[in-house]
Amino acid sequence: MLTRRIIPCLDIKDGRTVKGINFVQLRDAGDPVELAAAYANQGADELVFLDISATAEKRKTLNNLVKKIAARINIPFTVGGGIRSINDVAPLLEAGADKVSVNTSVVEKPELINELAKEFGSQFVVLAIDARKMDNQWIVHTHGGQIPTEKKLFSWAKEAHNRGAGEILFTSMDHDGTKNGFAIDPLQKLNQLLPIPVIASGGAGHPVHFAEAFLSGRADAALAASVFHFGEIKIPELKLFLKSNQIPVRL
Amino acid sequence: MNISIVKYNAGNTQSVAFALDRLGIRYLITDVPEEIQRADKVIFPGVGEASSTMKYLRDKKLDNVIVNLKQPVLGICLGMQLLCRHSDENNTTCLGVFDESVQKFTPTSQYKVPHTGWNSLTSVNGWVDPFLQNQLVYFVHSYYVPVNRFTTATTEYTVPFSAAMKKNNFYAVQFHPEKSAGTGEKILKIFLSSSV
Repeated sequence: MLTRRIIPCLDIKDGRTVKGINFVQLRDAGDPVELAAAYANQGADELVFLDISATAEKRKTLNNLVKKIAARINIPFTVGGGIRSINDVAPLLEAGADKVSVNTSVVEKPELINELAKEFGSQFVVLAIDARKMDNQWIVHTHGGQIPTEKKLFSWAKEAHNRGAGEILFTSMDHDGTKNGFAIDPLQKLNQLLPIPVIASGGAGHPVHFAEAFLSGRADAALAASVFHFGEIKIPELKLFLKSNQIPVRL
Repeated sequence: MNISIVKYNAGNTQSVAFALDRLGIRYLITDVPEEIQRADKVIFPGVGEASSTMKYLRDKKLDNVIVNLKQPVLGICLGMQLLCRHSDENNTTCLGVFDESVQKFTPTSQYKVPHTGWNSLTSVNGWVDPFLQNQLVYFVHSYYVPVNRFTTATTEYTVPFSAAMKKNNFYAVQFHPEKSAGTGEKILKIFLSSSV
């Protein structure tokens, strides 16, 4: 049976992990490779690396980092941040990334999704959507959530699927950082609407929230950062909890 | 031992190479026919689209090289599908080692496509160790090979399909052993220690 995936997300700046990270037994918690290896050993199903510093001159650092991660890690991983063209993506694939996530650049130029899917396959293209509820509408935001756009969550997700995106990573900005749980209603709707996998993101604070995302939200995967980084939720315990709630997971 | 990884216009060659590095196995990534023919074992990886990769293999005359190999060959993901006779992905004639036709998953409200994530191996027999029954491995694919007489492990997603196959010296897996943590490493080791 296909299991539900648990995905830690690592924010990268200048080749180092950022946000407070409270991992014991790590020689260097700022080293994304060490941290990724620790998560893989704990039973993470996939990893996401978001380069928040990504600028043209720093892409080389990122490509080198991806190579180091791929050399060490034996589970799939996604790389995102600052991807603006096919030329940015090819080196990431060659370095060993399994998927790329795109956000701002494809809102500005939706055809890029078609180009990426045609060149690398849909399974390689994850569309990340940051959205917030405004006047009863889920409004898509770009540039790390700073800039509201004209796009609405559901129609944009549908369009992205039609253009060839293979997976949607949906972050509710309203829930992100609250630790009060994932945004269940829009997740449910996305999962009804789309025939491709949806990753829930934003709001994880307790194992119950993951169970809700899978059972009520019908998410295929759930992503979190700080609760894992600070050791508030440990992946093996989370998975045992999910299993005890009849959610199929990889133990 | 002398391992060649077939180099062509498909992704994940590097991931397979890294997996062999982690096992301490040396290899050559090559599209030179003689280097592929000379290897003790050949790995034929692949992530991508069937018709463009088949065209590339034909243009480079690697199609005949691959089907005529006598040493153990391991097709991974798209590599496994290309070893079949035909793929519904852009109506592509493939290499024809396995006389099977590759089909597309039909998404339903319960089943998303691509089939993405960790799923279990069932009905394991043949070259994939029966010890690995019910173990989880990582899949990401929209097309599948139906269960057939060459199937040595199945996985269920909308239907039971071929997770692994074997015919003579040709071994094939639909999942990604190079991304399937310890279970994947075990499967790579089984292939690397196999004889025809």
